[in-house]
Amino acid sequence: MSGLDLRGIVKRYKGDTVLDDVNISVQTGETLVLFGPSGAGKTVLLRMIAGVIDPDEGQIIVHGRDMQGVDPEDRGVGMAFQNFALYPHMTAYRNIASSIEVTEKSKQKLDDAVQGVARLLKIDQVLDHAPRALSNGQKQRTALARALVGSPSLLLLDDPLRNVDAKLRFEMRIELPALLARQGTTVVYVTQDYKEAMALADQIVVLNTGRIQQSGTPADVYLTPANTEIAQQFGDPAINLLDVTPQQDDHGVYVSLSDKKLYIDSAFGPWCNTPCVLGIRPETLRLSTVASAASIPASVEAVTPLNEKTVTLLRTAGGRELLVSRPAGTDEDLSGQVFIEVSNESVMLFDKRTGSRLDAHQQEAVA
Amino acid sequence: MRENSLIESWLRGIAIAVVILFFMFPIVWIILMSFQTNETILRIPPSVVFEPTLDNYRALITGKLETNAASLDIAFMRNLGNSVLLSVGAVALALILGVPAAYSFARHKTRFSEDIAFTLLSFRFAPPLLVLLPLTIYFQKLGLSDTYFGLIWVYQLICLPLILWIVRGYFEDISEDVEYAYRIGGHSWFSTFRKIAVPLAGPGIAAAGLLAFIFAWNNFIFALVLASADKQPVTVGALAFVTASGIQYGQIAAAIVLSITPTLLLALYAQKYLVEGLSLGAVKG
Repeated sequence: MSGLDLRGIVKRYKGDTVLDDVNISVQTGETLVLFGPSGAGKTVLLRMIAGVIDPDEGQIIVHGRDMQGVDPEDRGVGMAFQNFALYPHMTAYRNIASSIEVTEKSKQKLDDAVQGVARLLKIDQVLDHAPRALSNGQKQRTALARALVGSPSLLLLDDPLRNVDAKLRFEMRIELPALLARQGTTVVYVTQDYKEAMALADQIVVLNTGRIQQSGTPADVYLTPANTEIAQQFGDPAINLLDVTPQQDDHGVYVSLSDKKLYIDSAFGPWCNTPCVLGIRPETLRLSTVASAASIPASVEAVTPLNEKTVTLLRTAGGRELLVSRPAGTDEDLSGQVFIEVSNESVMLFDKRTGSRLDAHQQEAVA
Repeated sequence: MRENSLIESWLRGIAIAVVILFFMFPIVWIILMSFQTNETILRIPPSVVFEPTLDNYRALITGKLETNAASLDIAFMRNLGNSVLLSVGAVALALILGVPAAYSFARHKTRFSEDIAFTLLSFRFAPPLLVLLPLTIYFQKLGLSDTYFGLIWVYQLICLPLILWIVRGYFEDISEDVEYAYRIGGHSWFSTFRKIAVPLAGPGIAAAGLLAFIFAWNNFIFALVLASADKQPVTVGALAFVTASGIQYGQIAAAIVLSITPTLLLALYAQKYLVEGLSLGAVKG
């Protein structure tokens, strides 16, 4: 069954279209991540689902029920806000209890529910504190508890980890999927952080300037991004994008990298002599200290050791800069002259003019 | 450096003392006057040494004004009661009407809401007398002249715009998300207004209410024109101290002391909210 259906949602503010024909379908129990930069329309969309903003056009259907004209208090959704939006004049306990006090008349059950969710989120020690006496992490957990306590059938989370420190964000990124799965609710999660999106999503919808740019599983978005922008947003270090012009010879279609020919799928033939952008994920490159026929000579410019990986910046003879990411500790230190091996399986080709990824087998741009 | 700052703090202390003396002197003098008879007040040169008497207060409270020539009835306590009734009534009505209106102007912006809000503020621009003279005729036709209700209604010209405009700013400062969260938590808009918006705007409402009370308390012209003797507040009633046999300075001073007391007590009580309220709205971005 479909947990949430958005059909042809349009929203305009003073002539600006902030959401343009948005169509999304989420299965019950699935987690949808709305991903995109500020101003993409993610938060507006979330507020429409919650019922505090009305769409100009389109339908919002939650578990088969059309939400047209239904007040926010009757929609049965839970929502956590980016700025927490705790009630400053109530204790953490009252904040959480407020979500169920209307429907839950039994004092005992209400207390059980609040204590239960507080234990789950490890804030049972601070329930009698006012919001201003809570740390940012505790505020965030209180806001989350307030959204979760009523076991809503649809949970809306507006970038809940935005305002918490890096350590807590890392912890919550691990805890949240388990928490959400345990509730079994349909979740719409808004974020600007691709790692959160990858960690939580069953389905990612990439929004930009009010339009859906791509929709798919995390793997789809990572491996076959619709355009250069999405390719850059997903992945750290960011994908290498190199201006190339595909050429053809007797052996097939190739692009030139420092006088070396990198043969790509011959289906890219139609784009020969068209300015294109070659996308290479930093982790698909291999480095070697010995030259081989196809490897590209380059010099090491900078090495950045991160905890789990080492990122190396290289410059080819032709002056192109490339990032290479390698698992930490697996390689000897490199310096001076090295050779890059590019796997032609893993490269992507984008149209330079539109930025759209070119799909060798569809013979046309995918987006 | 050290000496410098010592001199500085001395100078600052003196400056503050001068300012306090300047502002407090009339009040202190009035309090002193209220314990003197007309003779000691009017002697030349004036002196702070006198034999205190409670006659002035006794006269006000019993309503018998003893002058050299005769004994006059004076309705000061009734005037004081009227002042309390009119001011409290006017502020209460203004709060009941103004707070929901302010919320509506802050949250539900429609095409004409700015114009309506400005019209309400513009009541304060008109010279009161210009409004009052035609109003007198209407009030007589409607049977509202010389009634408490009529006066409280006219007092809305002072109180309502004040409360509306101050409280509106406080409502606008409340994050909409907090109210949205409460709605999504299953509460109606009315209980969101009652349980979230009003408590969070509380300091602002207290400050606006106190200011409105002070303005209403000090109003003179409305009651002078629209009310007869038994409905008049102290501001108008004070005219009675100018008698045929002279001006009763002692009683006037006692009357002033008695009539500033309620406002002063209210201000002291509300001071915490007032300071918090007036500064909070200004500082918050």
